[in-house]
Amino acid sequence: MDLYKLTAHQLKELYHSKKISSAETVDSIMSRIDSVEKNVKAFVLVNRNAKDQAKTLDGNGRLAGIPVLVKDNICVKDEETTCASKILEGFKPPYDATVVLKLKKEGALLLGKSNMDEFAFGSSCETSCYGPTKNPWNLDTIPGGSSGGSAAAVAADETILAIGSDTGGSIRQPAALCGVVGMKPTYGRVSRYGLIAFASSLDQIGPITKDVHDAALLMNVIAGYDPYDSTSADLPVPDYTKSLVKNVKGLKIGIPKEYFIDGMDKEVEKYVWDAIKLLKSLGAEYEEVSLPHTDYAVSCYYIIGPSEASSNLARFDGVQYGRRSKGANSIIEMYINTRSEGFGDEAKRRIVLGTYALSSGYYEAYYLRAMKVRTKIKEDFDKVFKKYDCIITPTSPSAAFKIGEKSDDPLAMYLSDIFTISANLSGMPAISVPCGFTKSGLPIGLQILGKPFDEELLFRVAYTYEQRTDWHNWKPKL
Amino acid sequence: MKYETVIGLEVHVQLATKSKIFCGCSTEFGAPPNSHTCPVCLGLPGALPVLNEEVMNLAIKVALALNCSVSKIMKFDRKNYYYPDLPKNFQISQYDMPLASDGYLEIETSGGLKKIGVKRAHLEEDAGKLIHDEAKRFSLVDLNRTGIPLLEVVSEPEISAPEEAYQYLINLKAILQYLDVSDCNMEEGSLRCDANVSIRPEGQKSLGNKVEIKNMNSFKGVKAALEYDIDRQISLAEKGERISQETRLWNSQKSVTISMRSKEEAHDYRYFPEPDLVPFEVEKKRIDGIKNTLPELPNAKRERFQSEYQLSVYDASVLVSDKNMADYFEEAIKIDPKNPKTIANWMINDISAAASATNLSFNEVRIKLKSRYLVNMIKMIDSGLISGKIAKDILKVAIETGKSPYEIAKEKNLVQISGEDEIRKVARDVMAGNKKSVADYREGKKQSFTFLVGQAMKVTKGKANPKLLNKILEEELQKGDA
Repeated sequence: MDLYKLTAHQLKELYHSKKISSAETVDSIMSRIDSVEKNVKAFVLVNRNAKDQAKTLDGNGRLAGIPVLVKDNICVKDEETTCASKILEGFKPPYDATVVLKLKKEGALLLGKSNMDEFAFGSSCETSCYGPTKNPWNLDTIPGGSSGGSAAAVAADETILAIGSDTGGSIRQPAALCGVVGMKPTYGRVSRYGLIAFASSLDQIGPITKDVHDAALLMNVIAGYDPYDSTSADLPVPDYTKSLVKNVKGLKIGIPKEYFIDGMDKEVEKYVWDAIKLLKSLGAEYEEVSLPHTDYAVSCYYIIGPSEASSNLARFDGVQYGRRSKGANSIIEMYINTRSEGFGDEAKRRIVLGTYALSSGYYEAYYLRAMKVRTKIKEDFDKVFKKYDCIITPTSPSAAFKIGEKSDDPLAMYLSDIFTISANLSGMPAISVPCGFTKSGLPIGLQILGKPFDEELLFRVAYTYEQRTDWHNWKPKL
Repeated sequence: MKYETVIGLEVHVQLATKSKIFCGCSTEFGAPPNSHTCPVCLGLPGALPVLNEEVMNLAIKVALALNCSVSKIMKFDRKNYYYPDLPKNFQISQYDMPLASDGYLEIETSGGLKKIGVKRAHLEEDAGKLIHDEAKRFSLVDLNRTGIPLLEVVSEPEISAPEEAYQYLINLKAILQYLDVSDCNMEEGSLRCDANVSIRPEGQKSLGNKVEIKNMNSFKGVKAALEYDIDRQISLAEKGERISQETRLWNSQKSVTISMRSKEEAHDYRYFPEPDLVPFEVEKKRIDGIKNTLPELPNAKRERFQSEYQLSVYDASVLVSDKNMADYFEEAIKIDPKNPKTIANWMINDISAAASATNLSFNEVRIKLKSRYLVNMIKMIDSGLISGKIAKDILKVAIETGKSPYEIAKEKNLVQISGEDEIRKVARDVMAGNKKSVADYREGKKQSFTFLVGQAMKVTKGKANPKLLNKILEEELQKGDA
């Protein structure tokens, strides 16, 4: 049996019936990594001790013996954590992120760190200092980003589960482009402690998995209040596996007209509508709704995100950890050289954008205005959610594009987040599930957006859809 | 031309919590470098701040004592600037919604009580400490102090003289001490003060260019720095030169201010709301609860001392300016309710002088010279056991050794000679040894009497009961048979 192909819930059953051991799973995964990683390049670090760790497990945790890959912007104690940036080379955090602690406590096997856009700035995984990750469905295309490594590894069966982070679509978009499941939980649902911040008010950690069931299993472990994160919500966490029921009867779906526009990718449009119609045939109702401030979402996001990032990334100065440029003659020179050498172009672009937007004299016109627009965008959604249970849209306006296709055109790149950004600005949860393939064999994702802290509904709808379709069982040829 | 001075003060108060403002690290002073640190106060990637509630409670206490209104919303902002003692390269502070605003503090001036407005008081985290070694061409960073809670109290520019600034600081310190919210120790940095000062021709409405002075490490230093810079500004104005808006550093060794940076080099701090700390409501219940725990504050105590013990404004003000002193006074009064004025005099004059001569705080003095010791000593004087003059010496020894005045008097054989026979013998001996003076006295030169008293005191090493000595010496001189 090719254990690496299985899901976490399948492995759990096999462990439970003692048919296999977690060490066998690790062996299977490691040989899979050895055979495909050279093409996919999803990992920045492979934990070769995973098998030894598997042997010492008592098998009691909720994820006992299940391999999990963690994005490289999440701190793992004593493991190099770099955000795929030269500026953090050699940085080994002396502490575990809360999410990592929870995974360890439940017996998960940390397989290593996954590749990403530098500091999560990007939608293609091309800005990583380690070079791009490839989309397993077509190695000439990007896997999406910024959690491209996590999504590609799941799609390529190089891990069973993966953790990503989502600031403007960084879990959902690569999940869609790699044909896997990705959820951005409600802001505050999962602790951010130990997630190296891009934009603190938008960042959220979430699961990237092979199917909806696994996403629910992973959410059960990582969700919950954390006294170390003031922005985490002090609310009870439901058992998400209880939402894995096939039932959408009477479900009210809103279809925002602003998300289905002329000139959008026809294949994407077709498959998303197929999905909506399928849900209708299962008893759901849908209606067109309007989110009038959608047009402003990208601009709003590209003010708030970079503003917070410019401040969050100020600490990478060569003083205490990470890279320090040698030979400087003054502290200012050390700062300038370290940051000039350490950051890539996109990081620099966003730092400059954010610094400018926060500058005295521009703050009101940019940051403050963007915050007001943000409120308007949230109000749009609140209004829709008064009448509808969820909103369905494409996850990404197109399937995976070619490596290098948009790297010289930041604006075109920014527009690939157009459907995912609003969930971060408003804080609501969203899930992406595979809903079809283009003629050229690239996956298409369906995005379901829900009310804050109603991840249960998203799991129910996604599960119902998934159980009636086969897309999640498709595997890339590698 | 006559000039008037406009001064505003910014005081950083370290709030005396056990742990830091955004993490659980200890705030203890003097620990080995970087030993009181964690991912949060080291600013490590991924670490997040969580507000220490006790910090907020202490700050609200100060806000109420300074007659401020307390913000209904607790909100923090980021102040962005690069400096190696600031590991995140931004400081979490409060910008547009300070915890406290629009209060005042009263000071005594020659023209009576004056209200100085407190514009705002806001919370922020302290930075670390840099240790420069020029010879080695590198600097060391100690981050123990990073994240220590600070309350920055900003006055209105309503202080019109260095002496007023001094009084403001004394009174602010007293209030903080009464509230028990800060160690107020300037050497350890738990109280720091920057001053803004400008001058303008008397009667002019608009303000002159503002000079910010930093680096004063005592209240007297603040006063001296202001005096120096006001003189500097006036002499520039009189020469018709421009006073530039700048930041200057006080050099206490040379007693001068030196230019540090001009306005053009001023930072753009790019303040924006701290996204890692969500604003929250400060419940009225919390504020009311804190209000109920406020102790009697210096001004109220001063008024009470005046009416209850019939002390002068001056005496009462001095006593209440240090809570330890006020408490000591009341302890003593409890034991000896009849002598408030005498107790106050001893405290204000002799004990304070002895304390400053030995560089001790009143609190340290208080441990040695217990209040009942002072009361007993006053009783010893009243009963003639010791003279007032000897008492002053005993006091010094008591403060040094912690022994009781009675013990000291006995040990050092300082108990006053009040035996008539003994004193009469001394008087006769002195007269026998100073026949000329005796004759002079009898011829009417009354000043010879003082000389003879002096001689008698010399013989008894000052221990003769002066009243008795006078009486007996006069009797003996009247006798005329010597």
